[in-house]
Formats: sequence, structure tokens, C-alpha cells
Amino acid sequence: MSRAAVTGLGVVAPGGIGVKEYWELLTAGRTATRTITHFDPNGFRSRMAAECDFEPAHHGLSPQQIRRMDRCAQMAVVAAREALTDSGVLGEAPPERIGVSLGSAVGCTVSLEREYVVVSDGGARWEVDPGYGAPHLYHSLVPSSVAAEVAWVAEAEGPVTMVSTGCTSGLDAVGHGARLVADGQADVVVAGAADAPISPITVACFDAIKATSPSNDDPQHASRPFDLERNGFVLGEGAAVLVLESPEHAARRGARVYATIDGFANRCNAFHMTGLKPDGVEMAEAIRLALAEAGLPASAVDYVNAHGSGTKQNDRHETAAIKRALGPHAYDTCVSSIKSMVGHSLGAIGSLELAASVLAIHHDVVPPTANLHTPDPECDLDYVPLTAREKPVDVVLSVGSGFGGFQTAVVLRAPGEATGE
Amino acid sequence: MSEPGTPIAVVTGMSAVTAIGVGLETYWANLLDGACGIRPLSRFDTTGYPTRLGAEVVDFDSRAVPGRLVVQTDRWTHFGLWAGEQALAHAGLDPAQLPGYALSVHTASSSGGNEFGQHEMQGLWSVGPQRVGAYQSIAWFYAATTGQLSIRHGMKGWCGVLVAEQAGGLDTCAQAQRALAQGSAVVLTGATEAPLAPAVLTCHIASRLVSTADDPQRAYLPFDEAANGFLPGEGGAMLVVEPADRARTRGAHRYGVIAGHAATFDPRPGSDRPPRLRHAVEQALDDADARPGDIDVVFADAHGSRPADQAEARALTEVFGRCGVPVTTTKAATGRLAAGSPALDVVTALLAMRDGVLPHVVNVHRPAVDLDLVLGAPRPARPRTALVLARGYAGFNSALVVRAPEPDPRHPGSTEQGTASSAQ
Repeated sequence: MSRAAVTGLGVVAPGGIGVKEYWELLTAGRTATRTITHFDPNGFRSRMAAECDFEPAHHGLSPQQIRRMDRCAQMAVVAAREALTDSGVLGEAPPERIGVSLGSAVGCTVSLEREYVVVSDGGARWEVDPGYGAPHLYHSLVPSSVAAEVAWVAEAEGPVTMVSTGCTSGLDAVGHGARLVADGQADVVVAGAADAPISPITVACFDAIKATSPSNDDPQHASRPFDLERNGFVLGEGAAVLVLESPEHAARRGARVYATIDGFANRCNAFHMTGLKPDGVEMAEAIRLALAEAGLPASAVDYVNAHGSGTKQNDRHETAAIKRALGPHAYDTCVSSIKSMVGHSLGAIGSLELAASVLAIHHDVVPPTANLHTPDPECDLDYVPLTAREKPVDVVLSVGSGFGGFQTAVVLRAPGEATGE
Repeated sequence: MSEPGTPIAVVTGMSAVTAIGVGLETYWANLLDGACGIRPLSRFDTTGYPTRLGAEVVDFDSRAVPGRLVVQTDRWTHFGLWAGEQALAHAGLDPAQLPGYALSVHTASSSGGNEFGQHEMQGLWSVGPQRVGAYQSIAWFYAATTGQLSIRHGMKGWCGVLVAEQAGGLDTCAQAQRALAQGSAVVLTGATEAPLAPAVLTCHIASRLVSTADDPQRAYLPFDEAANGFLPGEGGAMLVVEPADRARTRGAHRYGVIAGHAATFDPRPGSDRPPRLRHAVEQALDDADARPGDIDVVFADAHGSRPADQAEARALTEVFGRCGVPVTTTKAATGRLAAGSPALDVVTALLAMRDGVLPHVVNVHRPAVDLDLVLGAPRPARPRTALVLARGYAGFNSALVVRAPEPDPRHPGSTEQGTASSAQ
């Protein structure tokens, strides 16, 4: 893939709205996980989440926009606006040369559930009452409406789509956006992801498979990737948007380039919808392909932004994959999971992780893995426990793993490296 | 798509699940026969619903889906699993004999596992969280069908899912082409949908775009003077796509080539800028290296509301001239299948090339647009190149050009049409 330049960032995250607040949270090693306040979580197995203190009206959304959009769309739009302002790209490219590639794992489920409760009168009837359907219900049924909302904000009239590959959606949407740029189908792609899954149905479905942590008495320390005591992930919510441009387009308008996306590859494990084999073979293959596309050896990786969900299976699987793909360098590079701080926001987290990866390159700082106190002998890499680390970061590998067996790897590089050619 | 070194993507296997027939040849025969799958909904009591019709797939036997998967997945995925298996068999492929990393599956979904999700929500809200089953987490989300197909057929290459309402069904065919360019040897692509449970139909009704007519023959009349909305349907299609060289080498029948694609998005409502469907068409033609005069038939989006039909007719007239190309749609017969319809239209276009006939638009007799609509009966023709259109709420446009395959260079005298009839 020829490169795509990242020229703008926008973030809505637990613990802080906006890129500045987000990066302060991550580098301070602060956790944003807490007891759920969005609804009464009594009766659920896992009663914690990393919630955003997000008031759409405070971020410039009009009453009609707020009524029309699911929370996940509201977050996507606010993140997109910040990214577009940051990049200064609006007005610099004709609308037909602007595209959107947005990811979401579960779309507008908060609105769908809220309205379901009304039309079914609290779950009392299978044949619900369509007379009680809210006017914008169809907007919630088709999550592509989230991509449409972002397209309107970006004034995009080129290719617009939503990528929905479960928990790798956020990586895959940005990777797809980078390909649209690389293929010449757009000069600018507004790429990112949003999910706002903190509602009873989503919490209950992860309860049912015991994927989420039950450590309800200590929410701040419940998300413990790579720690021996880890016992599941903590649900999160949020959005992150990256403005991608062809390097030529960015250079022509003198845009600041944070980083370039140089490699993107996907493999599936074809094994189980939720389970992972411990060997990490398919994720390792995705990593190998992404590095090959970037033209980089394993030894070039300065930082691995891990999936690190904090389930027993995932962290073992991922550690094996990193070792398999990077060889001895796996022990020399550093690896961290920001899910320890901002939880697991399903499809959104991949884009939040890419935003963190871009910022790691920009600031030469690796965010830590919070809550990592007791090393697991099966997870024996340098996970940057508790405290952020200053070090030169030129090449970042960001990986993800999702229900359905999806394995994704993205390689980002400092902009100086890109202009060297 | 026409980049040098990019493999030519040929379709070697197809399947269909529709209200007018389950199975490729049954569907096709019934379509040419003028069948209409729109009928009163039977899966739940529609008393009190302003819309009581739809295109249900009534003769799909879920026993065709492997037992364990029936309970773990939604009806939409049942269709996808079955159609995927049929398409692979139609292509004469046994995925188990191929390296996993060479196999990909790319599907589109517009609304995921509706009926399954409603069932679990009913349990949650009428009883409690403990009533939500383990499979909700893998049945409801938009990636369920791709994930299950990947596991079932050992597909370990790049797999994906796009969501863009109708348009996703074409965009995913373009992803299949990209997957070949990245080294996949076989890509299973397409889309199926099942949007006829109470809660999902309620969402459709809220859009005020669905028809509320009671007469099944007069309820979904795209391009007609009496057009008054669309009716959702169940089903869709899956296709097997391979590089042309590979298909030729293994002696597979090639039904056609995915020749060009483009996607655009309309300006926001209230803008004074023009809609962008026309540009999607023009860019797809460019991508396919085709001129408007090369297109032998258009499979229209055929929304069934007056403003949307007029807008589509205007875009087609701007590109092809007044009545410059035959236009048809499958949707009046199968219902509007969201992402499923465009995938089905690609399949239908290739069958039209194979058999030299354009299917007609059922039930439409008084067109309100100035298009060369195929009406009344199938039209004999020799289509070599077809354009398939899809639009998605709220502003997605996608266009795909498919072409009859080139004659086999080893047998310069033969055409694919000839090969097709001898293979029958």
C-alpha cells in the first residue's frame, strides 16, 4: 500500500472528551472504569464500564441532531468535527474527493433497545406496537446512518461506507480508509469508529458468556490486561476519527502529518466465533503481512499497541502471536494495552488505539498498561506496567482480535520516515 | 479495478434465496415466469400494522443449515450459510482442499440478526438479564454471517463486512475484487437479509418509506404512476469470485467478470448541490473502461417512491440519453432485500447474459418515468455488459459493471454462451 498520511485526530473517550484530555489520561495511567451510571446495573454479573461523560449539547449538536442520532453517532460526529478542525482540510478538497470509512461493532443498539422497550411495552409483547415507533427509528436500525452523519459533517461525496467486523472494526475501518486513499479513490478519507454499547442488552450478552470482569467491588482496577489476576474485559464506549490524506495532497496544502499508515493486513482464525487458540498463528500472520507491506523488519517495531482485552484467552493468544511474528525482538520492544484505562469499546476501541498510536509517535511516549501488578508467567513481554515511558517511537504496530475470528494488524510510522523516499 | 497487475475477477458460482424461489435455477425460472413473492406476512400477527405485506421466504427449510448453527444464528445467517454453501458447490469448489489463507469471505448486512435480537431483548425485559442467551453476542451483530462462513469453510484470508444499506451489497463485491488483488484465490461474497420480524418491521414503518397497500400485486410498483413505497423482503445471494486465470486453469465455468465499481454519497439534505448517483454510474463505467453505449441492461435500485424513482430515472437519462438503455428490476418480484438485492441483481445480470433474456418488472404497467423499462414479459436480448445500481438510506450510491466473460483463448471460436449451453 502506498502510504496514507494522518493529518487530523478527534477523540471522544472515557475520562475525557478531546485529544488533549485523552492523551493526558493515557499518559497519566489513570483508569476511567467505574460502576455503570447509564442504567441501573443491579442484577447483572458485570456492573462496570468505562463511560464517557459526554453531553452532546455541550459539543455543539443541535436539538434535532441529538434527537435523530444514537449516542454512538453523536460521539462519531463530535470526534469527526475535532479531527476535521485539527487537520484544516475542510474546503481544501472538493467534496467528490472526500470519503468516509467508519467502523462500529454494534451500531445504534442503545436507541434500538430504548425504542424496543417502548414498542413492546417493556417486553410484554412479541407483536410490538408500531404506533409507538419513534420518528427516527429507521436511522437506528441501519448503523450506516452513523457513516452518513459523519459524511454530512465532512461534506463528503466520494465513497462512504461502514466497516463492521466486530471488535476489529476500528482498525479495519481506518485500514479500509487508507486503502481508498492509496487506490486513488479519494484524496481525503475521514476514518474512524464509534460504539456506545453500555446498555442492558449488550451488558447481558457479555454476562452470558462471562467475557466481562465480575470484579464489581473495585471498578477502577477491574480491567487488568496481561495481569495474572485478570478476569475479563470491562465494557467501554467512545469514538475516534483520523483524517487520512494521500501524502501528496497533504504536502500540497502544507498539512501537518502526525504519522503515516504503511501497513494493514487481516487474517481470520476460522476456529470459533469467540474462542482463540493459544498459538496466535493467524494474528502472527496478519502482523507479518502488515510489516511486509510497510517494508519493515520485525526489529523496526518500537511499540506494539496491543488488543490486550484482559480475558485469560486473549492475552495469552496475543502474547504468543507477537512472539511468533516478531521473534526475539518481541522481548526488546514494548507492548501496552490502553483497555486497562478506557475499557473495551468494541468496534470503537481499534480507532481509539490507532489515535493513541499516532500520539505515541507524535510525542515519543508509550502509554502504559494500568493495573498490571502481578505478572503472568504466560505473558512475559514488556507491557509497560503502570507508568508511561518516554522513548523514541517511529514505528507502531497496532493489533486487534474480534468475535468472528478477525485478526488485524496496522503499521504506523513517523512522518519523517515517509518523506525520506 | 483496472490497475495493471490486478487480477480479473470472474464469477464462477452463484446462489439465490428469495421469496420467489430458493435455489438459483428455481429463482431464475420463477422470475422469468413473472412470479411475485409479495404476500401477507405469516411469521407473526400483523393486526394493527399499517404494513401487512412483505416478501417472505416461505419455502426455506432451516434443516438445510447444520443443526448446531440453527440455534446459534439468526435467520439472516441461515440464509447466508445455505447460500454460501450452494455458491461454493455451484463453482465446483471444495474449500477443504484449498489453503485457508487463500480463502476469503466478504458480506454486507444492513441490520444484522433482527429476529434473534428481538427474542433476546424480550427475555431481558420481561424476565431479566439471566434470560439473555450465550448466542446473542454472536448472532445479532453485523459480522455474524461472515464469521460463521469463515469458520464453516476454513476461510482464513482477509474477511470483512460492509454496512451501507442497499449499497453495501455492491460495495462488498468490490471488496471481493480487492481481496483477489491481495492474493486471495477464492472469495465468497454477497449478502442476505431477514428484516420481517415485528420490531424490525416497526423500524421500517417508522421511516414512512414502506408501502401500506393491501393488494400484493399493487403494493410495490417501482417507476409506476401508482408507486407508493417499497416492501421489504427476505433473502439475497452469494457469489464465488476467482481470478480469471485460476478459473480458466481449473476449467471452471465463468459466468462473468466484475469489471468496474464506484461509490458516491449525496450532499446533505437541503444542499443545493446535485445528487451523486449519476457520478457513481460514470465512475463505474470509467473503472470498467466502458462507454454508456456498451451497457446492454441496467438493474435499477427501483426504490418505489416517486421522488426516488424520478431521481434515478434522471441520472440514467443523463448518462444514457432518453430511453437509451433497457432498465429492469428484480425488486418488484422479490421485495427490497436491503444489501441482499444488489447481490441478487449481480447474479441475475449474469443469468441474463447466460440465457440471452432480460427479466421484466412484474406488476408495473403504467410507468411514470421516461425509461425503456422491460415490462410485460421477458425480453430476448444478447446482453454482454450490465450495470447494477444500489442506493442506501441516507445518501449512499453504488454502481457495479459486470461483463460476459471473454472467450477462452485456448478455444478462440467458442464463446462463453456456447460453453454455457453445452454445460447445461
